Amino acid sequence: MQRAILKSKNQITLVSGILIVIAFISKLAFNNLDIFTWALVIASIIGVAPIAIQAYQALRVKVVSIDVLVTIAVLGAFLIQNFEESAIVTFLFLFGAYLELRTLNKTRSAIKELTEMAPESALKQMENGEFEEVEVDEVDVGDILLVKTGAKVPVDGTVLSGEGHINEASITGESLPVTKKKNSGVFAGTILENGTIQIVADRVGEDTTFGKIIELVEEAQDSKSEAERFIDRFSKWYTPAVLVLSAIVWLISRDIELAITILVLGCPGALVIGVPVSNVAGIGNGARHGVLLKGSEVIRDFSRLDTMVFDKTGTLTIGNPEVAEVETYTDTNEDILAYLSSVEKESDHPLAKAVVDYIGETKAYTVDKTDVVKGGGIVAEVDGHRVAVGNVALMEEENVALNEKMRKDIERFEKNGNSLVLTSVDGELKVLMGIRDQIRPGVREDLQRLKKLGVKNLVVLSGDNQGTVDLVAKELGLTEAHGHMLPEDKSAYIKKLQDEGQIVAFVGDGVNDSPSLALAQIGIAMGSGTDVAIETSDVVLMNSDFSRLPHALGLTKSIASNMLQNIIIAVGVVLVLLASVFFSDWMNMSIGMLVHEGSILVVIINGMRLLRYKLR
Amino acid sequence: MQKATIQLETLTCPSCMQKIEGAVKSLDGIDTDSLNVSFNSSKVKLNFDDEKVSIKDIENAIDKVGYEVKKSTVRPA
Repeated sequence: MQRAILKSKNQITLVSGILIVIAFISKLAFNNLDIFTWALVIASIIGVAPIAIQAYQALRVKVVSIDVLVTIAVLGAFLIQNFEESAIVTFLFLFGAYLELRTLNKTRSAIKELTEMAPESALKQMENGEFEEVEVDEVDVGDILLVKTGAKVPVDGTVLSGEGHINEASITGESLPVTKKKNSGVFAGTILENGTIQIVADRVGEDTTFGKIIELVEEAQDSKSEAERFIDRFSKWYTPAVLVLSAIVWLISRDIELAITILVLGCPGALVIGVPVSNVAGIGNGARHGVLLKGSEVIRDFSRLDTMVFDKTGTLTIGNPEVAEVETYTDTNEDILAYLSSVEKESDHPLAKAVVDYIGETKAYTVDKTDVVKGGGIVAEVDGHRVAVGNVALMEEENVALNEKMRKDIERFEKNGNSLVLTSVDGELKVLMGIRDQIRPGVREDLQRLKKLGVKNLVVLSGDNQGTVDLVAKELGLTEAHGHMLPEDKSAYIKKLQDEGQIVAFVGDGVNDSPSLALAQIGIAMGSGTDVAIETSDVVLMNSDFSRLPHALGLTKSIASNMLQNIIIAVGVVLVLLASVFFSDWMNMSIGMLVHEGSILVVIINGMRLLRYKLR
Repeated sequence: MQKATIQLETLTCPSCMQKIEGAVKSLDGIDTDSLNVSFNSSKVKLNFDDEKVSIKDIENAIDKVGYEVKKSTVRPA
């Protein structure tokens, strides 16, 4: 019976609304007071039933909920035979709850979209070797699964056989399909666009990268800021306090009408719902735009950011050194480059890789007597020649004479922020190469946007030499640049800023900068959906996309001010209502309920604006 | 100790959370510190002692205060 009544709340609301309309038509058009009264009595009784049931359920677990206040108020109105009030109040309360549900679902829609991308079923190989469709919960680590074209990869795994293209947008935000073949890793929630693959399950359920992202977002949307926890504590005592207040008013004034009006006006609806609504809509917007915000503390800190500290390599730069400048001191260029490439292929040094990539396809020589000089380079014998590849110190060791032009070139290359690779053949310098990391495209504009959004200091910290770091800082318009920094120096620097009272965000790669990421109030890891990035950082940028930083900052600022607006609206409405009940004569229960429900809808709709937030 | 995640029908009023919290807390064998009712994701997460209380008992308690349980998963904590 209770269940049936609660289930048909919507129908009850509709019927009670119709009865109220009938009542007023019969009174105003036909002056029939009998129908008027009876329609309202019936509307009150059916309307209060679901509210009273909820109130009873709450009281049983010792909670004085809003339902309790409303039920007592309606019973009071009934007692003094004010059926008009009792009917309208119950109707408004039910109708308001209906609208709240509808609008709340909208604010939660962005996150729902995300969770709905989770795979539900899998084709699992059974003991007889056949593949059968099972629920994704029934897949264990080590199971062999079949993924067909168009299907979602059900778990994180490794390809056993087959080939295909996978759209990994749900993990990396990048919608360009990625080729997968034997031994490639695949992620749960990504979509096989063509081909058929068999995979072995490595991680299942909440342990998959996608599972972690969902859990993170879900936890974030329900995480509570201090203000919110205060409101929660407050509302636990607030509703009983309203009850007591109204009892006192009734005892003193013997005015039931006034006492029950206070009960309705005191409902705390907009206050308790305003902040969570901003939170969920804002975090949902972020999730849609590849920015995962881990909760309301992060939102608050990020929105008040003073200083943003960046790691250089892999963050501001691509992290992939390339040959940027070349000088040659020979006519027979081709052979020399072939020697150089052959020697460098022996090495796994990052600079060697850049050199090999730059030279491209050449004749391959056999390399003999290879000798790796620590802190210098490589010396080897190629095609009967002694070839040395390395830095200036190695050239000195090899007694390579440098003329005036060579010295000038070396100086210039260094000033431009290059690492140097010199090549000598039989004791003569032949080629000078300058290698440097390229700045990520668009970073300059993104940094300007951050500045416009009110970040006071943009700082780069790097293990590189000061010259290189200064150059990057100048090119990007950063306010400060510090080189020669070890990971512990970086975290010490952040600590120093924090001691000065600044709110600091650190943007770096997830692995070697984890101390700084953990220390800064806001740690932002640039790792494409890797576990480390997701776990260590407060803000996760999907697909390491630097350009999402300004959106993230602008969004948190909007969320923070949206929450404040909602708190002001909620508190303002309660104050105005309470003031008018004592100091004006137009206030009654129905108007109170109308304003109360209205204010709840206003804060929800205000929160909903965040779903559409876009930077400028 | 078992760790349960219980998915409820959509929660609409934050005071629902107090009711659900109250209902679950009143059971024996619940680790009250671990109890977390999430408003936006409409989920209840908690640790419980499966020798004292079963997941069915917990589901029933939530059901009794008027909230439908959609799905629950239990894993060793």
